Amino acid sequence: MEKIHLPQCKIKELKEICERNNNDPGELINILHGAQSAVGYLPREVQEFIAAQLNIPVSQVYGVITFYSFFTMLPKGKYPISVCLGTACYVRGAEKVIQEFERQLDIKVGQTTSDGLFSLDSLRCVGACGLAPVVTVGKKVYGHVAPEKVRAILSDFYMLEE
Amino acid sequence: MATYSNYILVCTGTGCRASQSEQILQNLKATVEKHGMQGDVQVLRTGCFGFCEKGPVVRMIPDNTFYTQVTPEDTQEIVEEHLIKGRQVKRLLYLNPETNEHILDSKHMNFYKRQYRIALRNCGFINPENIDEYIARNGYIALGKAVTQMTPDEVIKVIMESGLRGRGGGGFPTGLKWQITRKVQADRKYVVCNADEGDPGAFMDRSILEGDPHSIIEAMAINGYCTSANHGLVYIRAEYPLAVERLKTAIQQAKEYGLLGDNLFGTDFSFDIGIRYGAGAFVCGEETALMHSMEGLRGEATVKPPFPSESGYKGYPTNVNNVETYANIPIILLKGAEWFASIGTEKSKGTKVFALAGKVNNVGLIEVPMGTTLREVIFGIGGGIKDGKKFKAVQTGGPSGGCLTEKHLDLPIDYDNLLAAGSMMGSGGMIVMDEDDCMVAMAKFYLDFMVEESCGKCSPCRIGNKRLHEMLQKITSGKGKREDLDSLRNLAMVIKDTALCGLGQTSPNSVLSTIDNFYEEYLAHVQEQRCPAHQCCELTQYFINLEKCKGCTLCARVCPVNAISGDRKIPHAIDQQACIHCGACIEKCKFKAILVR
Amino acid sequence: METVKLTIDKREVEVPKGTTILDAAKSISIDIPTLCYMKLEDLNYENNPGACRVCMVEIEGRRNLAPSCKQECLDGMVVHTRTPRVINARRTVVELIISNHPAECLICSKNGYCELQKVAYDLGIREIRYQGEQSRFELDRSASMDRNMNKCIMCRRCETMCHKIQTVGALTAVQRGFDAVVSTAFEKDIAGSTCSYCGQCVSLCPVNALSGRNSQQQVLDVLADPDKVVIIQTAPAVRTALGEDFGFEPGILVTGKMVTALHQLGFDYVFDTDFAADLTIMEEGTELLQRVAKYQAGDPDVKLPLMTSCCPGWVSFVEQHFPGQIENLSTAKSPQQMFGAIAKTYFAEKLGIDRNKLVVVSVMPCLAKKYEASRPEFAVDGNPDVDISIYTRELARLIRYANINFSELPDGDFDHPLGKSTGAGVIFGTTGGVIEAATRTAYELYTKKNLEKVDFEELRGLAGVRSATIDFDGLPVKIGIAHGLGNARKLIEEVKNGTSPYHAIEVMACPGGCIGGGGQPFHCGSMDVLHRRASALYREDAGKKLRKSHENPYIQQLYKEYLGEPCSPRAHELLHTHYFDRKEQLGLTVLTDK
Repeated sequence: MEKIHLPQCKIKELKEICERNNNDPGELINILHGAQSAVGYLPREVQEFIAAQLNIPVSQVYGVITFYSFFTMLPKGKYPISVCLGTACYVRGAEKVIQEFERQLDIKVGQTTSDGLFSLDSLRCVGACGLAPVVTVGKKVYGHVAPEKVRAILSDFYMLEE
Repeated sequence: MATYSNYILVCTGTGCRASQSEQILQNLKATVEKHGMQGDVQVLRTGCFGFCEKGPVVRMIPDNTFYTQVTPEDTQEIVEEHLIKGRQVKRLLYLNPETNEHILDSKHMNFYKRQYRIALRNCGFINPENIDEYIARNGYIALGKAVTQMTPDEVIKVIMESGLRGRGGGGFPTGLKWQITRKVQADRKYVVCNADEGDPGAFMDRSILEGDPHSIIEAMAINGYCTSANHGLVYIRAEYPLAVERLKTAIQQAKEYGLLGDNLFGTDFSFDIGIRYGAGAFVCGEETALMHSMEGLRGEATVKPPFPSESGYKGYPTNVNNVETYANIPIILLKGAEWFASIGTEKSKGTKVFALAGKVNNVGLIEVPMGTTLREVIFGIGGGIKDGKKFKAVQTGGPSGGCLTEKHLDLPIDYDNLLAAGSMMGSGGMIVMDEDDCMVAMAKFYLDFMVEESCGKCSPCRIGNKRLHEMLQKITSGKGKREDLDSLRNLAMVIKDTALCGLGQTSPNSVLSTIDNFYEEYLAHVQEQRCPAHQCCELTQYFINLEKCKGCTLCARVCPVNAISGDRKIPHAIDQQACIHCGACIEKCKFKAILVR
Repeated sequence: METVKLTIDKREVEVPKGTTILDAAKSISIDIPTLCYMKLEDLNYENNPGACRVCMVEIEGRRNLAPSCKQECLDGMVVHTRTPRVINARRTVVELIISNHPAECLICSKNGYCELQKVAYDLGIREIRYQGEQSRFELDRSASMDRNMNKCIMCRRCETMCHKIQTVGALTAVQRGFDAVVSTAFEKDIAGSTCSYCGQCVSLCPVNALSGRNSQQQVLDVLADPDKVVIIQTAPAVRTALGEDFGFEPGILVTGKMVTALHQLGFDYVFDTDFAADLTIMEEGTELLQRVAKYQAGDPDVKLPLMTSCCPGWVSFVEQHFPGQIENLSTAKSPQQMFGAIAKTYFAEKLGIDRNKLVVVSVMPCLAKKYEASRPEFAVDGNPDVDISIYTRELARLIRYANINFSELPDGDFDHPLGKSTGAGVIFGTTGGVIEAATRTAYELYTKKNLEKVDFEELRGLAGVRSATIDFDGLPVKIGIAHGLGNARKLIEEVKNGTSPYHAIEVMACPGGCIGGGGQPFHCGSMDVLHRRASALYREDAGKKLRKSHENPYIQQLYKEYLGEPCSPRAHELLHTHYFDRKEQLGLTVLTDK
């Protein structure tokens, strides 16, 4: 059996999140939002804990998590990269930007680099269509990104690591 | 409220914030203070001005000077030149592309002068984080009037007579919806604001919530009064952190002012509002899926009837309206049904907000009266096509909508006209495409979205859209056959006819509208294995014109896959096997020596 | 009753308000094809997500086609069920479903029983115009069932059963879009889930995504082994349904033909699980009386109500979801396991052979019995008491392999000594039967009086939760009955909260009891089939001369020769067991810091 590795403080936090929502299964999505921001992602242990707190089958929790793209069961990179694939960004070449990130980082969309620094995702419209194509890295927003700019964006963060 | 002689409004919508508008705001404040003008000048954060193309945008009041593409470094100059010396900072003014003249006041800009702002009336004019500013612009008067002077039926009558229809996509008459919910007997009812704006390329709901959250709160309370609901819920995308924050602040302020809570305006009507978060599922914009999502379940759609008005959130009658619909309510009550009904076309009243994006000069958020033509929007407000290219198509209604062409440009925009033309109003996304956009690839892009966003419940949407996407994949990679077009059409029609929910039923629209309007382009792909727009990678080849190539080596250096080789000063060549058609070489070549076929 | 009038295919029809188009059409002999829809009215089971979109019809004035399973009839509606538009839509939808379904009908165990196959046949589908990527899932094999989710058509019947009716919550829809599928939490194997192996999902699956674990080859192998003595026990519910797979009407008892077929298949002895059911009553009835006596004597530790333990799906449900209540379960083994334990000791000794030479096969209406037979505590030195458990449909297949013309077989008789049973053993196969049988014996053991009226009508029927108080000569014995695990949950929650009013509770995991077991021939949504099977068992009981377990002469002989008294130390050793807290096993522990 896989043992649980969550530290006690996180368990306490999860418990509080559930209790704040009255342990109500109707609040599952709000609870999952809380849990994901507390733990960073939603691994199996977190799902089982929430299911037990709300007295619902863990399959139900898993079914919900896998339905919504916002929830993730994998830890994200230290610098999560999201390339907007909204229509405005698409028609201004976002697909090529994403391919360039894939090439440079040697990962596919949805994956994290082996050093844990970057994860790559696409998202649908951040609503900054005036800046299309848009890339966000953590809270930083890059506008008018062309494939040639990808290397420079990445080096911003490699520099932080040095 | 203290009065100032000057105001500086800084757009802090998501687009401008992404370009450091918060920093601009801070710098302006600091500079104003440095010059000891803080008693005279107030620096304010506002919601989206709409003109995202030229963001970040700063507006000076009272003279209405409109500064575009401001950077944090420009702030000192703005304060010192504009406020102290009374001279406008010319280089930051908007340049009219036609006349090449600087425009001082935004109301003279083509982008604004053709607009009519009802839903967006406060966006960019008030500080969304301050309830007093909303109240100063007649905020919460409509609510007060409704609950103290009107019966619910009278309010509903006004909404019905105004002709307001749902702005979320379907266009269902709002007043009628309220009346249906009102008539259902239940001991508990809900009103829900659908703010799960999932259309890629549409951001009007977000902008309204960011720029004018109180208008939504007020409208929901009016809706609650009319339908005997005491609970309101806003279902909002978790990806909109700023909108969430501003909404929370606004709810808190409304509570403090007694505009939410028990016994509003001393009547026995009580109303509160809670927030539910979406979690990244486009289908949750569909009413029944939204209900399930709010109940903590998978956001799968269910067959209607029953409609949410009869049995919605937790089984209680629930009135669902979208953000923009709500934004129209207070002003209709203030100015009257007749005023609203005088705007627009016979069956579509009022205005509509569009998120204008794509290959158009002025990307941004606009609001025009119903009945405005596509041409006015794209060429008038939008300033025409970027880089002087040729207009090819405009996609309305988001992924569920369709592509319209040159021949539709003079079509007055309203619900029924768009539907008849094979597209739809949707929530108001409007993406402009030029000659470089392949319509087959475009249909594929939208299908890709639909495949990803299908909830997977019904077979036509779950499997059918996947198959449509695969067929388009086949066609765009040159493996399609003439017969495939018939199968494609049949499948698209059957999905439209049989899918369970609105998402599924509209998902083939992009295919049907492009196959109808751009049949030749499809034919070129399947008969000649040619992509006329040179967009489909597998159907295009890059060549170097040996006569033009000077052997400067620039292209070889930018090629990400080292597919270009050649010695200095000698014409280069492209290895067709290695080339990934990224186009980097074309952009770099100074001699126009690279050709696409 | 309020009615509405409408026109379907140009024929006028008047139906009660609220009737669906599907039912209205059926009432005038128009059978609209369906795939996901299923309704078992008396069991409160209804699956109509409106998801498959096969039952689409055209309603005049509507833009789109409508699903007839969901759409209520309205006054004046004009419905068309067979226009070219409708037929094309249905065919295209079915083609789409098949395009993501392995085309291996000829080698599929559902061949001939598959609902997708039938719909495709009826629609005359001859080619699949839309081909593309197919789902790729690993085959999941567990002790009781196999899952091949490549065949899943997302009808969601299993999910509705598992979540809503059984409240087991093992199966649920996961992922979305094309990747959406019904699976377990974290998409693990069924063995690593909270599954109780009731097998109800299998009995409802329209295709072969969920199927029973196949053990036919093992049976054929042991039958061909000259060194083995192979005996078979047959559960009571099997004989009410086996005939259905050979064209008999549901509810026709084929006991005699079944026995002949088993003899012809080569089993050395054909015995009856009903015999072991009588034995179970002796033990469980005695245990109940002992607990009641202790309770009356003021023993604070005695666990009441006593919960029956003959259903392995129920037992694992308790072990997983209510480990705190495992001591309320009767320690008596199930009839299948009692039979195995007696066969491998008492009977093996009678034959004078080692238990390793004796092979015990059981034929059960049940998939959980396979899992039960594999539980390690039911083995001696690795030799299981029951070697192979097959279910009713597997027996039908074995009979076909052996070219036996079942319908023309003469009736045969069970062998002795483990083939004789009373009417009490027979009714074990239906809900309420176990407790009725126990009551007949316990009453007489307790009151020492002859029970005149053996039919306890108050314990019968198909209501999900039933209760009755039986007067044991001044002692009112309160009995609760539930079938279906969701109903059982209601009773055990009371036990958990200390509010249960009962002395004894009977639970059968499957709706309807064993007659509706996951191993039975497919009832295809017909309640009538289940009713007929149940009444057949009561008919057989009524026709028996001996109807109380303790009157079974072979049972009496067994106690005299071998066991002594019910619940004696010997009986305990062979016929009783213990239970485990399985929450731990599943990893559903409370989180601990490390």
